[in-house]
Amino acid sequence: MTMAAAEQLAPQQPMVRFENVSKRYGNLVVLDDLNLEVSRGEKVAIIGPSGSGKTTVLRMLMTLERIDGGVIWVDGEPMTHMMQGGQMVPAAQKHLRRVRSKIGMVFQHFNLFPHMTALQNCIEAPITVLKMSRKEAEARATELLGMVGLADKKGHYPAQLSGGQQQRVAIARALAMRPKVMLFDEVTSALDPELVGEVLHVIRQLGAEHDLTMLMVTHQMGFAKEFADRVCFFYQGKIAEQGAPQELFGAPKNDRTKQFLRAVLESG
Amino acid sequence: MIWDWDYTFEILPVLAQAAIVTIEATAIGFVIALVLGLFLAILRMSGPKTGWCVSVFIECIRSTPLLIQIFFLYFVFPSFGITLDAFVAGVIALGLHYGCYCAEVYRAGLEGVHRGQWEACTALNLSSLTTFKNIILPQAIPPIVPVLGNYLVALFKETPLLSAIAVMEMMQTAKILGSETFRYTEPITLVGIAFLIMSLVSAALIRIVERRLNLRSAK
Repeated sequence: MTMAAAEQLAPQQPMVRFENVSKRYGNLVVLDDLNLEVSRGEKVAIIGPSGSGKTTVLRMLMTLERIDGGVIWVDGEPMTHMMQGGQMVPAAQKHLRRVRSKIGMVFQHFNLFPHMTALQNCIEAPITVLKMSRKEAEARATELLGMVGLADKKGHYPAQLSGGQQQRVAIARALAMRPKVMLFDEVTSALDPELVGEVLHVIRQLGAEHDLTMLMVTHQMGFAKEFADRVCFFYQGKIAEQGAPQELFGAPKNDRTKQFLRAVLESG
Repeated sequence: MIWDWDYTFEILPVLAQAAIVTIEATAIGFVIALVLGLFLAILRMSGPKTGWCVSVFIECIRSTPLLIQIFFLYFVFPSFGITLDAFVAGVIALGLHYGCYCAEVYRAGLEGVHRGQWEACTALNLSSLTTFKNIILPQAIPPIVPVLGNYLVALFKETPLLSAIAVMEMMQTAKILGSETFRYTEPITLVGIAFLIMSLVSAALIRIVERRLNLRSAK
């Protein structure tokens, strides 16, 4: 297939595809034969009780966890595997790094580099990985920090910022690598309640202004309902139910989904 | 009179010359220890098999006296065709011995860096070298500076062992001066005072470095 033909085909292919993916820790099956497709630009919220495997989905996609079975596809090509002599073999580090560059991730505990300022956090990877000039990287980082409302905090160290501000820097840092897919792993769970809004506002804005594919594990049901194109409810390593937010929240079919949503609603 | 001031002023320049040798042995030995320690710590964390081999090596070095290692390098190595100058043998032994202690300190520092930092580096697609050099090491070093500093002072205080293979450091020089004049009081006391002053100065310098690093990480 020529490159042009491949590019023409690309828009029809899902941005992310989990094909029969499984993950085990010893005898514990965390994900069981998962099949999930995410279209380009789609925003998928992943909900479910703890231990249901929802965070593992993101961690596997970011290559932070190895998969035990199946294949993960990103942007039309296998990420966890590569073709060699007409056969699929486990991906070499170089292949993994190339495909992984299309994905960015924001973590629950921010994971900012504490010895670097907000600006330095945002320019480190563009300079060392994308080989951008410092000037260009700084200009872009400044623009991104401005977008998340922190233009005046670029010289601050993470310890000098609030949790919400740190999380917004983390979003800017991930965006600086120009990802096609953004993963949000419970990004508001570690924040004080009054700081949740500012982070969700940035994500909302990101969704509106950029054609990013987003997967988000969240406990913010209200936000999932308003923001996501699709909601997946995970239970015991499988997608127990999925659908448009109105359907899943309005008229859940699965008993476990009903039970989970009732429990979440009761807890406030 | 127990203390002879004329004799003191006579031997001071000789001892000062020897102090330079002591300082050189300390500085070179410690640089070897720092580099070797980091190298061993990385090897130890790189995989189970390599890690096991490195652990055995570290235990062997840490469980045998420095003096034996100095003698081994100086007297036993020539049997294998490797002949080392006394100063070189002594400095390598100091570096090797303290390198094994430093390796454990580095390991503690590296393991103290939160797993999330490694994960953020993966998510940003940083190479292993960039991850280690720019992200992990700058966070692992500041907390271990006080312990490394203690090893610097400890290494410095072990340099008199080099007198056993006739390196002309302070102790060896003092011994020779004493044996020539049968006056040991002045040379040995002066050497003791020199060690005391230099140890206190080093400790103070380490505290300053430590405070600066703390200030920077508290920003």
